[in-house]
Amino acid sequence: MSDTSQELHAQSMTELADGLDAGEFTSVDVTRSLLDRIGELDAKLNALVTVTAHEALAAASRADQARAAGNGGPLNGLPIIHKDIFCTRGVKTTCGSRMLNNFISPYDATVVEKLADAGAVVLGKANMDEFAMGSSNETSYFGPVRNPWDLECSPGGSSGGSAAAVAARLAPAATGTDTGGSIRQPAALTGTVGIKPTYGRVSRYGMIAFASSLDQAGVITRTAEDAARLLGVMAGFDERDSTSIDRPVPDYSGAINEPVKGLRVGIVRQHFDEGLDPQCGIRVKEAIAALESLGATAVEVDLPNLDLSVPTYYVVAPAECSSNLSRFDGVRFGHRAENAEDLLDLYCRSRGEGFGDEVKRRIMTGTYVLSAGYYDAYYLKAQQVRHLIADDFKKAFSDVDVIAGPTAPSPAFRLGEKIDDPITMYLNDIYTIGANLAGLPGMSVPCGFVDDLPVGLHLVGAHFAEETLLRFAHQYQQHTDWHKRCPEMFK
Amino acid sequence: MSLSKDQVQHIAMLARLKLTDDEYAESVEKLSRIVDFVHQLSQADTSDVVPMAHPLDAAQRLRPDVVTETIERDRFQENAAAVSHGLYLVPKVIE
Repeated sequence: MSDTSQELHAQSMTELADGLDAGEFTSVDVTRSLLDRIGELDAKLNALVTVTAHEALAAASRADQARAAGNGGPLNGLPIIHKDIFCTRGVKTTCGSRMLNNFISPYDATVVEKLADAGAVVLGKANMDEFAMGSSNETSYFGPVRNPWDLECSPGGSSGGSAAAVAARLAPAATGTDTGGSIRQPAALTGTVGIKPTYGRVSRYGMIAFASSLDQAGVITRTAEDAARLLGVMAGFDERDSTSIDRPVPDYSGAINEPVKGLRVGIVRQHFDEGLDPQCGIRVKEAIAALESLGATAVEVDLPNLDLSVPTYYVVAPAECSSNLSRFDGVRFGHRAENAEDLLDLYCRSRGEGFGDEVKRRIMTGTYVLSAGYYDAYYLKAQQVRHLIADDFKKAFSDVDVIAGPTAPSPAFRLGEKIDDPITMYLNDIYTIGANLAGLPGMSVPCGFVDDLPVGLHLVGAHFAEETLLRFAHQYQQHTDWHKRCPEMFK
Repeated sequence: MSLSKDQVQHIAMLARLKLTDDEYAESVEKLSRIVDFVHQLSQADTSDVVPMAHPLDAAQRLRPDVVTETIERDRFQENAAAVSHGLYLVPKVIE
């Protein structure tokens, strides 16, 4: 089997599933091969915070037994990595923060539970920006993740560890979360596929909260086919998440095979204004032309309030973050300061020591915009503008099936380049934030390279139009091979 | 629109964050820039626009008021820094 095992890391989840079904290799073979690879290569990337080798091999062995007995779920024996924002019972769950450096979750997130029930084998937990607040993975307490395409560059964030691991073939798939672009932007910067479903499509239970009206779980893979397979397992109603939507889960894996002929693709003129790297713009326009060659029709649509999406986000998200993160008090779990003088000192010092700079900055921004005298001017105003932005999308989707454009304004930027300037960093999410504000599904698909760094095509759909996004992405991938390109160092 | 150090100290206290002197200096500068940046929202015409409450206009779901959870105090308290006899310990609150 040595010939096969050398190539196991290069296979997509669907290819691995076929190989397992055909008895070409076992889940233990796959798991061992990827764990070896992680051991050998992750020192270059810092993509993983925790490797769960022992648990993974035990789960793989159980999966092989189930398969031999003719049982096993839809992901039986298939490897995955979880972003370290998802609570995993008995395993450290840090959220990239010193605050949770010692936190062993007493329960599983719904996403973790559903994937485990389907038979998936968890290889480890992925590094991320602290509490998912960042677009470069540099805010992690555990150090930045490096981009497999250029180790001096950022993989994006906040799901940077997930994206880097999938791009470097340490795993075929990893979970992620997306509050303003945190799945799609790192997917674009690492040449992977990332999908953020409709708000409420996937349960948020056990996913450590950042901004509850924007947070949504999704997945990073190399193919749309794998994303469809995983989303089919992850999606669905969960009574433990009060904003979960009770609506049947469609057959995503079936839907992707439908052609895109006759569908309408909306192009937003402002997406190609001066904020976009011109070379990236060319790659994205080529991708849109490819969709047209598959029979889709491109038309111009207008999102007049697009410019306001980033400032709206930087009121709403910090406001919700300041409220969510008030639970970290140094008492019940998380970092606790030594020798506190009194209760107030315990709170202030535990939080001051446990949170990093960007998290503190967002908590304070949120506290400010919610404080007496400023609420109407900032928070209420932002929620009104949010309505305008959502209405723009609604109008656009009365005319088109999908909106296509760039995922990020440039290819991967260098580590250290933007970290000292919060506004420049925030503007990295200019194309992705709108989908979160309006609760829409969004997806990034690799669509070429600029100076040997990947570029992502961004697709946004109407509420619950994940099938349409996956269909466009899969059909595009049937006619392109960008997603098959592998960083030289990780072949 | 720039924030003063007093304002930032007040915000930090409301947020229960103890900052070092260096962190205060940096926060005054960076928070001022963020507040400046989000201030452009004031130019948007939002007369007669309802604030968005939920991206899908969904109402909050309610469940029957029955006990569904089990108490697993000992397990949950394994993550706490200081507990005794099932209680969480904090510095003395009442003299």
